[in-house]
Amino acid sequence: MSSAATPQSDKAAEEAQLRAVWENPSGWRYWTSVNNTQVGLWYGSTAFAFMLFAGLLGLLVRAQLAVPENDLLSAEFYNQVYSLHGTVMMFLFAVPIFEAVAIFLLPSMLGARELPFPKLGAFGFWSFLLGGVFVCGSIFFNAAPNTGWFMYPPLATSEQAGIGADIWLLGLSFIEVASLAAAVELIVGIMKCRAPGMRINLMPLFAWYLLIVAGMILFAFPPLIAGDLLFEMQRMFDWPFFDAKRGGDPLLWQHLFWIFGHPEVYIIFLPAIALLAMIIPTFAGRPIVGYSWIVLAAVGTGFLSFGLWVHHMFATGLPQISLAFFSAASEAVAIPTGVQIFVFIATLLAGRVVFSTPMLFAMGGIAIFVMGGLTGVMVALVPFDWQAHDTYFVVAHLHYVLIGGMLFPIFAGLYYYYPLIDGKHMSDRVGRFAFWMMFGGFNITFFPMHLSGLRGMPRRVFTYPADLGWDWLNLISTMGAVILGIGMFAVVVDVTLHRRRQPRGEVNPWNAGTLEWISEPEENWGVRSIPRIESRYPLLDQKDLASEVKRGEWYLADAREGRRETLVTSVLDAEPEQVLRVGGTSYVTLVSAATLGTVFVALTFKWWFVSAVSGVAFLAAVIWWLWTGTGHIPEKQEKDVGRGLSLPLYASGVRSVGWWAMFITMVGDGTAFASLVFGYFFFWTIHQDFTGGLAGPGVLWPMTALALFVAAWAATVAARETNRRGSVALARMLCLAGAALSIGGCLAAIAGPWITGMDPTDHVYPAIVWILVIWAAVHGAVGAIMHLYCFARSLAGRMTPRHDMDICNVALYWHFMFVTAFITFSVVGLFPEAL
Amino acid sequence: MWHLLPRQVESLWTLFTAPVVWALHFLVCYVGGAVFCEKPHLLGSDFGNLRIAIGLLTVMALFMIVFAAALAWRQWGFGTGDPPHDDPTRQDRLLFQGYATLLLSGLSFIAVIFTAMPTLFIMECSR
Repeated sequence: MSSAATPQSDKAAEEAQLRAVWENPSGWRYWTSVNNTQVGLWYGSTAFAFMLFAGLLGLLVRAQLAVPENDLLSAEFYNQVYSLHGTVMMFLFAVPIFEAVAIFLLPSMLGARELPFPKLGAFGFWSFLLGGVFVCGSIFFNAAPNTGWFMYPPLATSEQAGIGADIWLLGLSFIEVASLAAAVELIVGIMKCRAPGMRINLMPLFAWYLLIVAGMILFAFPPLIAGDLLFEMQRMFDWPFFDAKRGGDPLLWQHLFWIFGHPEVYIIFLPAIALLAMIIPTFAGRPIVGYSWIVLAAVGTGFLSFGLWVHHMFATGLPQISLAFFSAASEAVAIPTGVQIFVFIATLLAGRVVFSTPMLFAMGGIAIFVMGGLTGVMVALVPFDWQAHDTYFVVAHLHYVLIGGMLFPIFAGLYYYYPLIDGKHMSDRVGRFAFWMMFGGFNITFFPMHLSGLRGMPRRVFTYPADLGWDWLNLISTMGAVILGIGMFAVVVDVTLHRRRQPRGEVNPWNAGTLEWISEPEENWGVRSIPRIESRYPLLDQKDLASEVKRGEWYLADAREGRRETLVTSVLDAEPEQVLRVGGTSYVTLVSAATLGTVFVALTFKWWFVSAVSGVAFLAAVIWWLWTGTGHIPEKQEKDVGRGLSLPLYASGVRSVGWWAMFITMVGDGTAFASLVFGYFFFWTIHQDFTGGLAGPGVLWPMTALALFVAAWAATVAARETNRRGSVALARMLCLAGAALSIGGCLAAIAGPWITGMDPTDHVYPAIVWILVIWAAVHGAVGAIMHLYCFARSLAGRMTPRHDMDICNVALYWHFMFVTAFITFSVVGLFPEAL
Repeated sequence: MWHLLPRQVESLWTLFTAPVVWALHFLVCYVGGAVFCEKPHLLGSDFGNLRIAIGLLTVMALFMIVFAAALAWRQWGFGTGDPPHDDPTRQDRLLFQGYATLLLSGLSFIAVIFTAMPTLFIMECSR
């Protein structure tokens, strides 16, 4: 099937126009690009660089431990080295690399021109880069975090932790913002921007995994953000959340950290397995066996991974019944994990396997991961864990899981997908050499750690005496680490030097069937035209699809209006719904990331004024971003996208991608709020009288605040409805009234603990009440800004009864605000009265 | 006309029904156990009652999962078609959803039993 015959010259002109619209700026303005290909590459390269840096730190650790009584590193520097090694590997490599791969691959894999919020992707990258450099750079000033990658109080809240703890907390909070931004981008992209016809039963498995992982981020990262907030309030202002003397409890941090930390392991593991789910069918020469079973495994793992966090806390003295629930869930998660492995094995058995370099890394990764999984089943048992806790056995286990489950698959992905970057191939010989060095080196390094752990060697010691039977095991580990390092170095050489001499090869050298192999590395437009998909492996099953796409015979082959556009389709069946105009090259992402970064850096050094000014600048940048980049009223209602299909250019409410972005963001925000409420009830649970005999905020002010916030919510909903019905003036008045009511709510919220004289440094009860009230008040203030924003948009003619995306999204925000206010003020105002 | 099973809902969210039941069951078990042990007398002092409560909750959760599985089985055409369900049709998409939901119900069923099993063996709030 092909469109009406278009003269060749018209097609050439169409192509030139499309190229011009998607072109990157040149010179230093190149860095203002927001295109997914560039941002994905920057993201990936940066994460890779951080990984090499952390790898060098790992080698330093091994050098120090090579022989007993070694004095190569001082104890303090060793603390910084291993803390930063873990922190960088987890936060600056393992999670961001998957965001990088997803941003780079997903649009073409889904048959989209671009993800729905390219500026958000670029903002995420710049936040990640700035935060990462800040955290990594600290070690050159002897100021790196030195209390381990999970920052346990009371050590990390003590003076001994130094500024490194603040750098960890604030630097990583900043990076967590980037992860949440990526989650929003990926969920909306996968649900709403797939090529027409790509129903959910035809979606590439990579997209299934990424959808689950992005959902997990929404529920896993916010508890850590909430924990960081409490932690930093203690370090900066002496609010005693983790100070047992004043009613606090260090265990709360462990809960919040591991509610994040355990799902994070699967947030790291699933995308890597997703790469294998793309690579294995290609080299087995057949479709994956058990597509639905993979979906079962991904969703099942995603859920069960949230029931595991206490297995990191088996040795903290919780009731045995609690430990047992988590032990049971930890064993149960082996089922979906095993399903994934067996699906891969079945696919390989049913196909004719080509043992290419990517397959070597894939198989090596699976073998290593299975070993790590088996020791995982061991440490999930409470009695065994009590023996192995905080020993090198756990160090061995976690490296087997993460390096087998993440690093090797990432390398498999690098060798597999490299041709998509610039059409060149990685060297097969170097790749095989690197694989065997890495595989051998890895096992020589980490297998002996099982034994040193069982012989009682604790984690994180900077040296050890000679007569404990640990020396030769450690020496072997160090030798293995050097071999592993040589293997990794070979890959670095291949990427940076060797492949430059390579000629350009085929773009799809593996004869893969999924859509990402249609993309043209020299072009920026993602896909030349957006096809209709009818198979899980369209390049194999839909004859001539690639050439039809490249000839621009499918949808949206042009950019007549000079705008960057992609298609929005329905969630289940991917039926076309809208032409979405996405953001182009812009400074606003850089400015937003730089100002927000300055807020976090200034807070670290307690430069309050700089922090406040940067905060205002960030707010201004975001408002500018939204004002100029969202809710644009198109010059016409519909656009002809080719093949007789005409689609609207504007959508609001549940049909718009902006509404979904708000919904997803607020789910994450709600999870952070729920974590703070968890903190409140945690303190109630562990104390006989959790108020410590101190007065609460009373009932009057919290109830007044609640009433005002509910009224502000009602005004927002009324503004949306009246605007929709054409009563624009009334809608404007309601926006103003909503802002006033909301500000009144904020003041009443603060008045409760303020007037009753609650001092947050006295005891944990006033501190947790203050935190909840401040959380609600800040959200109320943001809500008021949104009211004023809608008022201004209406005045400026950018929001009309027909084009009401802004007020629809703000109303959605206020639904969440309503719930936040209801819970906050019921808890702080009414709960103490009910006791 | 009255039907044993409610009308079919076409949504992505139905996929998550059984795992959500698992999550709620897990949460109530954990919070219930923690509060019971940390706040003596608030939820009673007889550990046997906690075990019975968790047992009842487990039966409820399993019933809900079986119900979700029955709906999924219907969506899967009562097992009349075999996977892989990869045709580009609404019908195959529905069958795929039904099959995946059924598999997830099975996993959730097992996981709920796993969660409840400790109450068979643990008799007190020991640490």
